[in-house]
Amino acid sequence: MNKYVGLPSLCAAHKMRPMSDKPLHILIIDENRIRASIIEDGLSGAGDVRVTILDATGQLLRRIVAIDPDVIFIDLENPNRDLLEHMFDVSRAVKRPVAMFVDRSDQASIEAAIEAGVSAYVVDGLKKERVHSILETAVVRFNAFERLKRELEDARSELADRKTIERAKAILMRTRGIAEPEAYALLRKTAMNQNRRIAEIAESLVMAAGMLGEEGGK
Amino acid sequence: MSETKREVRAGFIPLVDCAPLVIAAEHGFAEAEGLDLKLSRETSWATIRDKLAVSHFDAAHILAPMPIAANLGLGPLPTPMLVPMALGTGANTVTVSNALWQELIRHLDRIDFSAAPAVTALASVVRDRGRQGAPPLQLGIVHPHSAHHYELAYWLSSGGIVAGQDVELVVVPPSLMPAALANAHIDGFCAGEPWGTVASSERVGVILTTNAHIWRNSPEKVLGLRLDWAQRDPQGVEALVRAVYSAAVWCDQPGNQDELAAILAREAYLGQSVDVIRPCLARRLRAGDGALHPIDGFLNFASNTATFPWISHALWFYTQMVRLGQTLHSEAALHAARSTYRPDIYRSALQPLDVELPSVNTKVEGALHGKAPAGSTRGNLSLGPDAFFDGKVFDPDRLEDYLASLPDTSS
Repeated sequence: MNKYVGLPSLCAAHKMRPMSDKPLHILIIDENRIRASIIEDGLSGAGDVRVTILDATGQLLRRIVAIDPDVIFIDLENPNRDLLEHMFDVSRAVKRPVAMFVDRSDQASIEAAIEAGVSAYVVDGLKKERVHSILETAVVRFNAFERLKRELEDARSELADRKTIERAKAILMRTRGIAEPEAYALLRKTAMNQNRRIAEIAESLVMAAGMLGEEGGK
Repeated sequence: MSETKREVRAGFIPLVDCAPLVIAAEHGFAEAEGLDLKLSRETSWATIRDKLAVSHFDAAHILAPMPIAANLGLGPLPTPMLVPMALGTGANTVTVSNALWQELIRHLDRIDFSAAPAVTALASVVRDRGRQGAPPLQLGIVHPHSAHHYELAYWLSSGGIVAGQDVELVVVPPSLMPAALANAHIDGFCAGEPWGTVASSERVGVILTTNAHIWRNSPEKVLGLRLDWAQRDPQGVEALVRAVYSAAVWCDQPGNQDELAAILAREAYLGQSVDVIRPCLARRLRAGDGALHPIDGFLNFASNTATFPWISHALWFYTQMVRLGQTLHSEAALHAARSTYRPDIYRSALQPLDVELPSVNTKVEGALHGKAPAGSTRGNLSLGPDAFFDGKVFDPDRLEDYLASLPDTSS
């Protein structure tokens, strides 16, 4: 009857287990350890749940069977999604369907999840409202991670801008024999006149100086 | 063109047969049709389907059986879809690990990709392993609703091998197949190019046969559209079909192979070396003897009516879904499968291009062992070959007889 790897044990486990009086077991499959931790942290505050994180890809199916989760969250970009769906496709044949997201008709939560880059697989037979709030938490956490990543990138480029401006000032001070406040004023005035950012003007200057061999002494 | 262009967003998976969409966007074919075609590379078929479902995409390079499965309500998040054209035929390989190849060559008296001796040899290996108490072979497929799955299971069953019983099938993303083979997680796989050639050039596997040997000119991927988008913008759909058709014709021209290989090699598309893309485009594959062999009809982007959405292709996939227990046969299901493919849209879209089109929308699959003249709009078209390696014939008008003739593996 079961034609594919590992499934008999998965199905047997679900048949024997009472669904109601156990904490919800949530599996997060994510190769990004930091994001997984952020989601785990959020879900742990969501009441009676147990969270497991899987980051490696090898033998995924066997490991999921062993973990036996109620809900699976997986990064939308994870290529192993097709493997998961195969498992669920086969489980259809043993009359234990698995639904994606909370409810196929709940278009808004599906869109929010895909927007955030998370996909969710929910084992049938669970309390819908409970899973719904958990999905919402996961989506919020995915978005929080994205925001964090963006902020980090912004901070990095801000730091790089500041370094470039310092170098441009040093070039101006050396080549034109002016003091630091004048050098900065000159950069700012040029930026305003050309309607560009100071960092962009500084970058052009550093590049030009480099080509003209002006930056030699640093 | 001064008017604003229609934006069309389409997803694709890094495989050689995404080429017509890529070239439509890169070579001005979409622009000439007034389209701003935005492509997005994805890592799984599930994500392609989901992004279609929530309107992130209007269209996609998709496994031919997936829109049919969606319309049958199978799998998660099934969204009504339609298929106005196919994206070529062929370009799949069955590739095995070096260890399995060593076992197979003891049972092969020639090395030429032929499907029948290959499956006979495989059946001998499977029997030997059974006698020795060795674990069943594990074969990788890309998705349960794929031509790869159905053709592999069909080929295996003709050798008396029951997929899921005598050998196990596991889903592995195409780009991870060579690594899975190298790590001995699988013993073989069926996947689109360039992944067979990648495995063979990295010397982690040997190409045993191809889908072109199992079923000549067999369908693979299609252009899948979200039904509500297609209904909202029929002119956009026709423009897209024309752009992708013209791009497919460009892809087939031998003089364009170098440029096509260079474009596909880019990080935004396949992100693979030209060396592993070029052989497939030249319709050549390296066999177990180490030599590159030309394979007639291994890949068609447009020639041999490779973009025509044959209803008989959709119905063959449907019979395999029934046989493998993915869906139950009913009049309603048959109707859903049949009406997924839309040759009427294809015909209407290509009318301005004056393309020679077949005069029918369905054909008997497996009847042609070579090329044969066929009824067409200008009477100058030949079809085929479309033979199955076991000589069986699928007549869509006698679908239930065909179903009854197939070995039942659904229980």
